[in-house]
Amino acid sequence: MSQVYDISHLLAGVMLVTSFALLYQQRIAAVLNAFAAQSITLALAVAWAAWSENRPDLFITALIAFSLKGVVIPVALHRTVARLGIHREVEKVVGVGAALMVGLALTALAQALVVKIAQGPASQAREELALALAIILMGFLMMIVRRNAVTQIVGFMSMENGLILAATGARGMPLVVEISVAFSVLIALFVFAVFVFRIRERFDTIDIEALDRMRGDRR
Amino acid sequence: MPELYVSGAALGALAVAAAVATLVRGPALAFVYPLSALAALALGAVDLHVLLGGGELVAWLPIGLPAIGLHLRLDALSAFFGIVINGGVLAASIYGMGFDRAKELTPRVEPLFPLFAAAMNLVLIADDAYAFLFSWELMSLTSWALVVARHTDPESRRASYLYLIMAAIGTSALLFAFGGLAGPAGGYGFDTIRAHPPQPLVAALVLAAALVGCGSKGGLIPLHAWLPLAHPAAPSHVSALMSGVMTKVAVYGFVRIAFDLLGPPSWWWALPPIVLGAVTAVLGLLYAVLDRDLKRVLAYSTIENIGVIFVALGLALAFRANGQHEGAAVAMAAALLHVLNHSWFKSLLFLGAGAVLHATGRRDLDGLGGLIHRMPRTAVFFLVGALAASALPPLNGFVSEWLLFQAVIAGHTLPQAALHFAAPAIGAMLALAAALAAACFVRVYGTAFLGRPRSVEAARAHDVPLAQQIAMGGLAFLCILGGLLGSVLAAVIAPVLRVLVGADLSSAGSGPTPLSLVALDPARSVYDAPVIALFVAIASITTLLVIHRLSARRTRRGPAWDCGFPDPSPATQYTASSFAQPLRRVYGAVVFAARETVVMPPPGDNRPAQFSVVLTDYVWRALYAAPGRAVLRLSERLNALQFLSIRRYLVLMFGALVILLSIAAVMI
Repeated sequence: MSQVYDISHLLAGVMLVTSFALLYQQRIAAVLNAFAAQSITLALAVAWAAWSENRPDLFITALIAFSLKGVVIPVALHRTVARLGIHREVEKVVGVGAALMVGLALTALAQALVVKIAQGPASQAREELALALAIILMGFLMMIVRRNAVTQIVGFMSMENGLILAATGARGMPLVVEISVAFSVLIALFVFAVFVFRIRERFDTIDIEALDRMRGDRR
Repeated sequence: MPELYVSGAALGALAVAAAVATLVRGPALAFVYPLSALAALALGAVDLHVLLGGGELVAWLPIGLPAIGLHLRLDALSAFFGIVINGGVLAASIYGMGFDRAKELTPRVEPLFPLFAAAMNLVLIADDAYAFLFSWELMSLTSWALVVARHTDPESRRASYLYLIMAAIGTSALLFAFGGLAGPAGGYGFDTIRAHPPQPLVAALVLAAALVGCGSKGGLIPLHAWLPLAHPAAPSHVSALMSGVMTKVAVYGFVRIAFDLLGPPSWWWALPPIVLGAVTAVLGLLYAVLDRDLKRVLAYSTIENIGVIFVALGLALAFRANGQHEGAAVAMAAALLHVLNHSWFKSLLFLGAGAVLHATGRRDLDGLGGLIHRMPRTAVFFLVGALAASALPPLNGFVSEWLLFQAVIAGHTLPQAALHFAAPAIGAMLALAAALAAACFVRVYGTAFLGRPRSVEAARAHDVPLAQQIAMGGLAFLCILGGLLGSVLAAVIAPVLRVLVGADLSSAGSGPTPLSLVALDPARSVYDAPVIALFVAIASITTLLVIHRLSARRTRRGPAWDCGFPDPSPATQYTASSFAQPLRRVYGAVVFAARETVVMPPPGDNRPAQFSVVLTDYVWRALYAAPGRAVLRLSERLNALQFLSIRRYLVLMFGALVILLSIAAVMI
């Protein structure tokens, strides 16, 4: 039994490491690759849960995670980036060091919180829950510390990865919910993509501060 | 249970009347007042039946919140307050029948009037927190809409705006009170709350919230600021309802929470109502004595009476906490009888003020005068109301004030030092308030009804239609009757006293005559209203006879005060301001920082001299104007939050999330 948890913890831990990687990557292509790695690790983690706990419906979740977020979305974003020619656009609000420190603090917070609230029979799954919460928080952090629209999309997707991981650990999230979450993410991606192109058409950049300038906003 | 159907039908009739009145226009609206009168009569009859016959009516309706529904219950306490309310509604409806519809077309008032009456009745019979708060808010909103009925007047708009804010604050305080009463389990039915009284600390918070919620509706200082603006701004019969009756609903709310739902009291619960009540009584009358608007003076007098009632309630709490049930019964009887009496005489006075307003079109005391010759009946009724409000025997106001002073005097038996020493101080403040009340009503009656008219309108005044005279006459009759039969009323409210404080006026009937009212000790504290009335009557008649025998029989009319003024102008009479000057100098200089300035032109200059008075309302400045400015400033700062970039909004959300998670991580 303990090996089962060891492996699922290992996979979740790898996801957390990719989250940190997302935070410190300088180039957009690298960010996308890190995101693809995280999604594929998620697919593996979900598949492992499906196999070890004998819940075949989770295989579908794993398949969705792998194909959609591991392959389709990164490829689509790579193409977008190539088409827009923004390989080098790395615009951060906070420095890499500070962002990593905040990420570390968030991980600690997630750990402290989950240790306190998840007790009893579910305590075996709580490390996984803590990792998932840390991934969610760091996805959020990434949306804040980057100014580029594509990296904001990646941050959002990373949050969603954390959610799926948490749902897998929580056992009992129905497949219908997962599918609907997956579709809503897909739709969100479309919306984001459309916006990115519109912004690009209008402002020749996808720096979201351009939107603020258009509104006559002061920074 | 036929009573249930009668009440249901009456409440339904009020609702239907409100609905129909929104649809019809013109003279057809006249149906509202007779229908309201009938409904009030029916509801009052049911209340009286329940109060006299004992027992209670319970109903459950499947409307409102799912799975909770609407719990309604009419017990002795609700029935007593129901009588107060429906009596006021009846009088106001009869008064409303006298409106001349051709001249005073008021399509904004009629649809709301029955709704207001129904809402007040609903508050009394609500038996769960949801029903209570819903009907309380309905009552607030309908009365607000009645205040804003004359929306073309900027004063009226300002008053209604302030009222709306204060009503919202009051209701939210009550929301907290019921939240505390329901506890973490969330039992919102009154029977559940009664079965599980809250912990001491929670109870203290609930008491404070109830004091804010009910005090703001009743006009307890410093939550009173809206009342003297809003009550006079409404049409006069609605003013009578708001001042005479709606403030009693506030008292009911406090009694229901403090005596019924909150469990056994601690002695110190008594202090806030006693202190606030005493301050309210004195300050309310100081405001009243210095104000020059007839209806506003009456509204300030309402504030004073609410203060008196809260002092009595506080004393009842103190006695009950110490197990002195007889003292508690006397204090509670004082509070309840004052509720009843005040509803009668204050409704009467407001209807009288409405009659004056109708006849002259003026509310400023300095523009009235001499109305006793032009509106003799209104003048007599108003005099009865003014005497009752000044608590003169043998009228009804005296009965409850007498009982209150008995309770204050018995306060020295309370064991706690704070209460022990508070009692005489409170007694002194109440005595001051009583004296100020007399001064206030002498001033009002003297300037409005006596002397010579100070304006053309006052000189052309005429008495009001018969229906309005009937409404005022009925209330005046009740004021006299209630004064004479105080002991009977005390016996009628005995079931309420037993429910609230576990005892009634036990020594009733042990006095020298069947109608004597006895508080505590039949050897020392007995009030025999009929005997005193008889004495007053004999003394007056004897004096009258002697004077008439000694003086010339024939009435002579000669020039009055013709000393050195060949053609005295009415402006040489005492005015409301000049009558109040001594009191303004003695008290106003401290309490309101009153400053008088006289501008005297130099000799040879024929400009008139000018006299002006500046009063500062410290309560308004500190508790209303300053927070208002602070809110404005803060909202201007926060306005920037509406124009942030997406990323900053995300930062805000993220920050909030992390802070909440940290709190959860630390606290749990």
